[in-house]
Amino acid sequence: MGRTKRRNLLNNVMLALTGVCTFVTVSVLFVILGFLVWNGFRSLDWNFFTKLPLSAGETGGGLANAIVGSGITILISIVIGVPVGFLGGIYLAEFGGKTFPMFVRYTADLLNGVPSIVIGIFAWTVVVKPMHSFSAWAGGFALSLMMIPIGLRSTEHFLRSVPNSMREGALALGATKTRTILTVIVPAARQGILTGLILGVARVAGETAPLLFTSLNNQFWSEKLTEPTATLPVMIYKLAISAYDDWHRQAWAAGLVLLGLVLLANIAARWVLSRGASVQRG
Amino acid sequence: MATAVIAAPPQPAARKFVKLLRDGDKAAHLITLIFAASVFLVTVFLVYELWVQSSPARAKFGFEFLFSKSWDPVAEKFGALPFIYGTVLTSLLALLISVPLAVGAAIFLSELAPPKLSNTCTFLVELLAAVPSVIYGLLAFFTLVPLMRIYIEPFLKKNLGFLPFFQGPAYGYGYLTAAMILSIMTFPFIISISRESLLAVPREQREAALALGATKWESTWQVVVPHARLGIIGSIFLALARALGETMAVTMVIGNDPAVHASLIAPGYTIAAIIANEFTEATGELYQGALVELGLVLFLITIILNAAAQLLIVATTKKGSKHD
Repeated sequence: MGRTKRRNLLNNVMLALTGVCTFVTVSVLFVILGFLVWNGFRSLDWNFFTKLPLSAGETGGGLANAIVGSGITILISIVIGVPVGFLGGIYLAEFGGKTFPMFVRYTADLLNGVPSIVIGIFAWTVVVKPMHSFSAWAGGFALSLMMIPIGLRSTEHFLRSVPNSMREGALALGATKTRTILTVIVPAARQGILTGLILGVARVAGETAPLLFTSLNNQFWSEKLTEPTATLPVMIYKLAISAYDDWHRQAWAAGLVLLGLVLLANIAARWVLSRGASVQRG
Repeated sequence: MATAVIAAPPQPAARKFVKLLRDGDKAAHLITLIFAASVFLVTVFLVYELWVQSSPARAKFGFEFLFSKSWDPVAEKFGALPFIYGTVLTSLLALLISVPLAVGAAIFLSELAPPKLSNTCTFLVELLAAVPSVIYGLLAFFTLVPLMRIYIEPFLKKNLGFLPFFQGPAYGYGYLTAAMILSIMTFPFIISISRESLLAVPREQREAALALGATKWESTWQVVVPHARLGIIGSIFLALARALGETMAVTMVIGNDPAVHASLIAPGYTIAAIIANEFTEATGELYQGALVELGLVLFLITIILNAAAQLLIVATTKKGSKHD
């Protein structure tokens, strides 16, 4: 009797504890994010989106240049990263044999696991050092390296999930392989591929470490892509560790804007995917 | 037969090439192959660059680099030990905090929670994996650091101050603060992957244990968890690799002191943090080489952990599934 009681007690205690674990982990995450939203909204104003950063001690000013700079570096990373991820993914799913695709897949996973600061070092050695200048190009290149593995693997995954009967049907109608891929297989997998693209962009949008010594930072507008360029994540870092209250306020506002964009992109990606799935089923 | 062979003129190389381009399949094959190969080549090039750029430091210090404690850019003396120590210590401490909590949560979400609640919680937790690390850094810098300085560190010193781990002034910055923010950042990885591998345990295993008279907890802890252990360990490896390579959040709260301290509340340094702080200022081949070599060390550690994690996760999630 005592033994059964003890076992039941242990059962109840441990199961309750797992519930507590869930509550603690989920609530910790939400408490800190709630704190960000609260502080961010208090600090956000119209100037934030339209004005340049002011020098230390002055109040007001905004991060207009960092918002545009982030947009530019992300755009560069899309221009470099998306073709590589998309076409490489097509190769892995449709053309590849056995050994070489395995190598590519393995290295893509490897690249995906490289710490972002090491990506920064690499971009510095191959872009910044030869150009003798920090630039938006270098930042965009670094970000594209982080985007490529995600794009590559998700494109491959969703192309592979297209049923083989569709390939065979198109080929039986006399279409060449290229035509089959372009007009049948890729359209069938487009939601998935789009999801991978959005997730890739969302991931690099918040990256700071690869930009620290590639696009560096800038208090003013960058006129050329070969100049140091301000970006939101780097600005958040620089403003947060500064000693001025007004800069801290700006950091909170920037944090909220960045978080909003990243979460929105993630939710959009899931929405695109779920919509695609229901269309295919119905 | 013989005349036919003579009649067919050999195709010139140029025409062959034109025909190859017209034949779209081969061209498409070639183009996509080039892009796929570029991923492979860039990764190889990355490793090569790290190796070459770190050569001044490797030539000068050799393996002693890894075990030397001094970091003095002015005297051009560089040792990696404080940074390796800080990186490993903060990451392991972080796992010490996060593994019990996250695995507990994963057990709850896979075994007890109704599928709807489980899926919603998992969705939210996975969304949190997308929060940029600089935002975790921002939050830690303004909330966790004062909290540690004013409440937690004085409390630890008062009650556990006789241990060497909780001595010295309470700055708020240090190993423990970095470990705490890292533990929060690793929750999503451990929870979502562990839950997946727990869900992949066949239903019969649970039912057999319950039919033998086991309580729900006994069936979970003695049957289901051991069955999914490789996946859970894999998720922990993955979280460890993330924690080791994490830069921004740690850089903002670690305290930036290139020394080895036994006290967990003392300020320290990590590999990623020193690269982030000093790379742009590093003048001279040797200084830069030393920083790149630190990057190389970090790269090797995380790559090995990631590969191990992948193998373990693949090994477990291949089997059957419970729901959804």
